[in-house]
Amino acid sequence: MLEGLLIGLQTAFSIQNLLMVIAGCLIGTFIGMLPGLGPMSIIAIMIPVAISMGDPSAALILLAGVYYGAIFGGSTSSILLNAPGVAGTVASSFDGYPMAQQGKAGKALTIAAIASFAGGTIGAILLMIFAPVLSSVALIFHSAEYFALMVVGLSAIAAFAGTGQVAKAMIMTLLGLIMATVGEGALFNMPRFTMGIMDLQSGFGFITLAMAMFALPEALFLVLKPKNLQGDEGEIKDLRITRTEAKAIAPVIGRQSLQGFFIGVLPGAGATIASFLGYAVERNIATKDEQEQFGKGSIKGLAAPESANNAACTGSFVPLLTLGIPGSGTTAILLGALIALNVTPGPRLMIDEPQIFWAVIMSMFIGNLVLLILNLPLIPYIAKILAVPRNYLIPFILFFTLMGAYIGQNNATELLLLVGFGICATALKFADYPLAPLLIGFILGGMMEDNFSRAMQLYDGIGFIWERPMTLGLLVIAAILVVLPSYRARRAKHRAAGVADGD
Amino acid sequence: MALDRWIALILLGVCLAYGYAAWFTMDANLAPFMRRNPIWPSTFPKVLSILGIISTSIVLLGFEKSEAKEPDVDYRRLGEYHVGQALMLLALMVIYAICLRPLGFLFSTSAFLILGAYTLGERKWHVMLPIALIAALGVWYLVQQVLGIYMRPLPGFIGV
Repeated sequence: MLEGLLIGLQTAFSIQNLLMVIAGCLIGTFIGMLPGLGPMSIIAIMIPVAISMGDPSAALILLAGVYYGAIFGGSTSSILLNAPGVAGTVASSFDGYPMAQQGKAGKALTIAAIASFAGGTIGAILLMIFAPVLSSVALIFHSAEYFALMVVGLSAIAAFAGTGQVAKAMIMTLLGLIMATVGEGALFNMPRFTMGIMDLQSGFGFITLAMAMFALPEALFLVLKPKNLQGDEGEIKDLRITRTEAKAIAPVIGRQSLQGFFIGVLPGAGATIASFLGYAVERNIATKDEQEQFGKGSIKGLAAPESANNAACTGSFVPLLTLGIPGSGTTAILLGALIALNVTPGPRLMIDEPQIFWAVIMSMFIGNLVLLILNLPLIPYIAKILAVPRNYLIPFILFFTLMGAYIGQNNATELLLLVGFGICATALKFADYPLAPLLIGFILGGMMEDNFSRAMQLYDGIGFIWERPMTLGLLVIAAILVVLPSYRARRAKHRAAGVADGD
Repeated sequence: MALDRWIALILLGVCLAYGYAAWFTMDANLAPFMRRNPIWPSTFPKVLSILGIISTSIVLLGFEKSEAKEPDVDYRRLGEYHVGQALMLLALMVIYAICLRPLGFLFSTSAFLILGAYTLGERKWHVMLPIALIAALGVWYLVQQVLGIYMRPLPGFIGV
């Protein structure tokens, strides 16, 4: 591990990669602050740039920097404007915005910066400990287990989608898998489902789909319903926090960093759930007097979601780097970028290309430090970007999505596909269908079918499911995950209707 | 019927068409030696189509009840939103896609940015024009010179 650390330090501290971290964090913070643009859109827009750099470590470092930056920037707009740029920072506005209204905006931003820094750093340390362990377990996995593991990951994403959303998330996942089968696969030398269209021969472009699923609908929603961005024009001053305040939030940050990390590891959970859960847990265990303060500008209520969402972002890298299975839309996009750079994340990554793995972890520390240094003194100036007129902003966002799709494939048909998918995605968003599962399914689809086919060939049929206990176990878990939410909802309904609970 | 169930109906149709292709048409032109394989190109799609039909039916028939919540943007109140602007921007994107090659990158991009801002209600030509031109030139320089991806800058009848 020490050796790995040194390799990582060496890679991460090269001038190029340091610049990448700083650039990534800055870009992420700037764009993340704009309400309505989530980390997924920003990363999707940045992917063509990252891919054309050609160096996988640098690309992943840049994109990871953008990811933290976006979460960080989102908290700034949550606090100052009560307009979260990112779903993961919605919980930060519960107490952050009241603080800003009371004239304590500076203090709120400081607490957010410190809590995020601590959350991110503790998350990175935990990642350093857990990823190698999980990797070594994953090395004994065969293609049958990989297939089963992907099924578990995808069902978990559906299961965590929320009440009434499980079937919708399932549909979106399956749609992603179906779209992944279009084109000429590696295993069978024949085009499938191309309907004779030459441009579909190589399948749908991953960047096109990512842009169409996230960036385009978000931009269109900004057009349809302009958000009111009236913040307090007041000066941001008094950035200091007192010793008693520091003492009060220290245990909160510690607890929520741990909890946030482990929630982030779970597929389908991620920063949003981590921040809400962190907020709820801290409110429940606080004393009576402190509970009164929650929602009215409690420093604990701000520190909890801020540390939790940053730790969760780091945690979501665990399944990506060790198993090669993304648990969230953002890590799915990162996985797509890595595959485009000829790197296959998974348990072999640490053995075959340790410099990538460790450089990413090291750059997480650097990135967190950059964000801390960047945010504390510069926040009052950065907040000015919120004044960019949307008349210019929106055409530029649309232009960048078009460019991203065009650069990736160098094909104008791709742009028409982008618009078409974008319209479909907007309709799906209107109907409250979650879009991230579609992209995750699309990215995992190819790998899933490869592993499934390999297992079928080895066992000459479907027999691998019951001949390998671990595969069977994983598939049973997947089935339980999907059925459980609807079972519980049904039971709750029966209770509510006064029907006795029994079989 | 609510929008989400209409969409489920459409997706059910997609799954049925996909399933029809997987179950009935794909295997026809399979090479004889591949028929001995335990896995065919259609195996995975067959499984997907069945699962897809099941899950779309669940939403379509309303087996899973979800609580009604106030969405951020509600399609039932679409009339109150700037639908015209959104449609115009989408149309501009399609026109951009068609014009990018024949008219060249620089012209198409600056026109797209200017018309996009115009659609959204911007009328300050002295700001719009320079921003669009600088952005078009800057992005072209980045993509062509720094990233090394070829993009035709000028209309086809002038340059290469």
